[in-house]
Amino acid sequence: MTRGVWGWITTVDHKRIGILYGVTAFVFLLVGGFEAALIRLQLARPDGAVVSAGTYNELFTMHGTTMVFLAVMPLNAAFFNYIVPLMLGARDVAFPRLNALSYWIFLFGSLFLNASFFVNAAPNAGWFGYANLTAKQFSPGANIDFWVISLQLLGVSSLIAGFNFIVTILNMRAPGMTFMRMPVFVWMTLVTQFLIVLAFPVITVGLILLLFDRFFGTNFYNPGAGGNPLLWQHLFWLFGHPEVYILILPAMGIVSEVLPTFARKPLFGYPVVVYSGMLIGLFGFGVWSHHMFTVGLGAVVDSAFAVGTMLIGIPTGVKIFNWIATLWGGRIRLTTALWFALGFIAMFLMGGLSGIMHASPPVDMQQQDSYFVVAHLHYVLVGGSLFGIFAGLYYWWPKMTGRMLSERAGRWNFWLMFVGFNVTFFPMHFLGLLGMPRRIYTYAGGLGWDLWNLVSTVGVFILALGILVFIGNAVASLRSAAPAPADPWDGRTLEWAVSSPPPEYNFRNIPTVHHRDELWALKAGRAPVEAAPPPPREIHLPPPSFYPIVVAAGVVLAATGALTHLALVVAGALVVVFGAYRWAFEYRSSLGGGLRPPSDASPRGLRGQSPRSSGPR
Amino acid sequence: MIPGPARVILLLTSAALLLAGCGLDSPMTTVEPKSDLGRAIHELFMNISGWALLIFVVVEALLIGVVFAFRDRPGREEPRATHGHLGLEIAWTLVPVIIVIAIAVPTIATIFKTNARPPREALAIEVTGHQWWWEVRYPELGIVTANEIHLPVGRAVSLSLKTADVLHSFWVPQLGGKRDLIGGKLNNLTFTADVPGEYPGQCAEFCGVSHANMRLLVVAQSTADFEAWAGRLKAPPAPPSGEAAKGHQAFLAGGCVACHTIQGVAAGVLGPDLTHIGGRKTLAAGILKNTPDDLARWLKDPPATKPGALMPKLGLTDDQVAALVAYLRSLK
Amino acid sequence: MTTPHEAVIGSTGLDHRKMGVWAFLGSECMFFGSLIATYLVYKGRSLSGPTPHEILNIPLTSISTFVLLMSSLLMVLALAAVQRGDALGARLWLFGTPFFGMIFLGFQVYEFATFVREGLTLQVNLFGASFFVLTGFHGAHVSVGVVWLLTLWTLALRNRLTRADALIVEIAGLYWHFVDIVWIVIFTLVYLIQ
Repeated sequence: MTRGVWGWITTVDHKRIGILYGVTAFVFLLVGGFEAALIRLQLARPDGAVVSAGTYNELFTMHGTTMVFLAVMPLNAAFFNYIVPLMLGARDVAFPRLNALSYWIFLFGSLFLNASFFVNAAPNAGWFGYANLTAKQFSPGANIDFWVISLQLLGVSSLIAGFNFIVTILNMRAPGMTFMRMPVFVWMTLVTQFLIVLAFPVITVGLILLLFDRFFGTNFYNPGAGGNPLLWQHLFWLFGHPEVYILILPAMGIVSEVLPTFARKPLFGYPVVVYSGMLIGLFGFGVWSHHMFTVGLGAVVDSAFAVGTMLIGIPTGVKIFNWIATLWGGRIRLTTALWFALGFIAMFLMGGLSGIMHASPPVDMQQQDSYFVVAHLHYVLVGGSLFGIFAGLYYWWPKMTGRMLSERAGRWNFWLMFVGFNVTFFPMHFLGLLGMPRRIYTYAGGLGWDLWNLVSTVGVFILALGILVFIGNAVASLRSAAPAPADPWDGRTLEWAVSSPPPEYNFRNIPTVHHRDELWALKAGRAPVEAAPPPPREIHLPPPSFYPIVVAAGVVLAATGALTHLALVVAGALVVVFGAYRWAFEYRSSLGGGLRPPSDASPRGLRGQSPRSSGPR
Repeated sequence: MIPGPARVILLLTSAALLLAGCGLDSPMTTVEPKSDLGRAIHELFMNISGWALLIFVVVEALLIGVVFAFRDRPGREEPRATHGHLGLEIAWTLVPVIIVIAIAVPTIATIFKTNARPPREALAIEVTGHQWWWEVRYPELGIVTANEIHLPVGRAVSLSLKTADVLHSFWVPQLGGKRDLIGGKLNNLTFTADVPGEYPGQCAEFCGVSHANMRLLVVAQSTADFEAWAGRLKAPPAPPSGEAAKGHQAFLAGGCVACHTIQGVAAGVLGPDLTHIGGRKTLAAGILKNTPDDLARWLKDPPATKPGALMPKLGLTDDQVAALVAYLRSLK
Repeated sequence: MTTPHEAVIGSTGLDHRKMGVWAFLGSECMFFGSLIATYLVYKGRSLSGPTPHEILNIPLTSISTFVLLMSSLLMVLALAAVQRGDALGARLWLFGTPFFGMIFLGFQVYEFATFVREGLTLQVNLFGASFFVLTGFHGAHVSVGVVWLLTLWTLALRNRLTRADALIVEIAGLYWHFVDIVWIVIFTLVYLIQ
């Protein structure tokens, strides 16, 4: 493994890329959380004066954009990267350099988006950027330009990763791992990647049309010239609704791994859980206009989308019942990972129920654009996705770091987050019912909103304390000397068959799989005992490469040029072309010549060292 | 299992949240409807909430119960590896389907009811959204005003909704749901208020920097009171005298005519019609009370009160402000 | 490690890169689908300015469409040549395909310049905006394909393209045929059905 910073910059190892995603995303989780804290401080009292109206609008826009694209999606990606190849019995993903490219574009895109703060032009029209407020006429500054370009960058990063993981999951399963033997987390990842690949191009087009309106004088969203602002809403939500399933399905996958492990029972109704996930993904493309119930689409259209939306509740409910049935009759170990999984079920259920209320257009006429929706979305995204992510963190931390997290601190972490979360967001149901609209930087006293806003603000600090406890737990864990065993939880899936952390090459020999929950079968003696083949003397892994970061830098350089000077666009494009060509031909000339044989008997992962150079080209 | 302090917090919070259910009283509450539309929505909401509460209680109880019943204790046996049960899967798929039907049927009925064409005898009101105020016209009555809508109780009202710039949304929670104002599209909101009162509303679609400051007031009155109000608004303003006359001169000299309309005096269309501003209950789209002090505050520095306001700081002297206040307050 | 230009056959029996390209083409379907939907939504809704009926030159565009279709045929021939190790054929058809592509692009450039002269610009109306964005992005995709194919041609010229490289030629072919099919859809919906 190449050492030092250069090693990280040129890595194509899925485990390192997973860690890069995880650390970067966690930092942005804190950034988004800080933005939320400022929002709540401003709203704690009526006629608040903590931040100005303009700043507040930037804060809620950046909070949403950051949490969706810079925190939850990449935290999910951290697990896709680290865990999925291990669960599949593979050594890496299908396209390791493309994997690195996804990360670097994500990182540079995130920095680009946040750079907007430093030029006092942070995006300020909401994470959903409705036309025609986003037209140059009504948003003359660079705020929306930053937003459009950043989202395109982040979209490209996600799309590329989508292609990578679809091929990895379909094509790199260990021998014997049929689809119905894959872990549910892998299934949910697969459905998520299909959603990404099919949904992101739609918002890409929506953003292109907005870009053309703002930069080139077209009138796609300009009603004065015959354009239709609703075109933006349709394109955005055709992406946006699948996006929320992109955010939640991985967490559902994590819960589907954690529950059986700690209940010591297989997942109840595995095929049903898998098919439900697929149905949710499929139906998710058919309900987008439930975000547009107050637009006046007409009774027939409203009814169709209402029924479609309610129907999605059914596979979701079925999953919840199967999870409960998994716990039933089990021998439940209440580890922190399990607490977060239980919290997920409890909170996601509540978010789902408020969602069913929104699904009824007449009821939504009151609830839309009110704090009732803010409550709903945070119950599913924080109570759901984030709690699922934390379950994954506690579950897979030993595997990824080789250290254990403290269970005692973990319980404090969970309960502070659980209580803090509910104190913050439950009162928002009341605020919505009391008529408080969303996205307002202040409100008048005497409307009955004062108390609940104050309570909600207090909750945010309890929630933040919970996150701080996690950080403390993590730091203490990384500093502790005690190494984690390969299989601390008596796991069922293949990642627990290798050391913690795994060697660079993951598996000495690629395993052959005969069962779902293969590891339990092996440990219980239900798997056929074959003579283990001798470990290979050399295992060849894709070599490190610095072309991914070069291409990513070129892409972001061109993006910067879009806001500054055409010359930078050209320069960036040239860097991309140069990087892409060197990338395409990187392997063709590095072949031939012998590889240095290892000096001992244990297999060594060798990242494509050629006798001509010991580093990347 | 649960750390002591957290247990206490949890109990207190649950108690507080349960008690909170009572007390949803507020001028902008959605749960005490004062119109037919509001009641139809509220009925459906109660129906769905009932189902939601039932599902919540049953499933959460199951979850908590299962965790308690099957948690690991010394001496517990290895669990049986059950993989599934077709009967259960069918049952817990069918029950949600039935619940969905129970919710969908009244939903669709209410959708069609609330999307029906406005009755012919409905009072027509045209609302045009601007950044960040509401233009209000009564085409049949020849009335133009801003930020305040009067309507007769017991008579259907048909609001035509347009925007002059970006998206807005018309929302008066006590009178029912909201409807968006969209460029290039004419939307409609029809309802009949059944209780006299003053009902605050607010723009509910993010429309720029002062979205929070785009509020409005709906005054539902008896037919007699409404007709009195309409009569007053149709009439031209009385000629100003004394301090108000000085304000009238200041109005003409100060450039106000470029943006505002006062019947017989000025015909600007960029800002709200001021012909009867003296009689309104609030100013600047509901963010100020209509008092001399608040009006003076507005005139001295509009963007300070309403960030981004298109009405600039005019550099008026205190005397000019006092005169203008007198004049505007005389326009009842 | 297998040499990267050889096929890496995975669990489904398909090479990773071929599967990856299919996933990419799936996303491209949604991309072009959204652009085409935008065009269709705004069809007939321009407030002023040139209409399709006035501006589009079907006979001319039929020729360029034919050229692009023929380029797909040449692509098929190119792949067949590489698969049987026919170096001369590979060089010929791997040049012919992008050459026809460039002729198509030439027609596009001429056509767009004419339209602009006749008053159809991006800004003038919704037809101009949606037409140029749709066909412009398609043209950009053709251009990327041309560069890609010319790169493969230079490899063939230097005798660096062997039978073992049939897969990467096939993948380039998949992309090229896809771009061609998108054009058929655009030609039908924009030019033929007015």
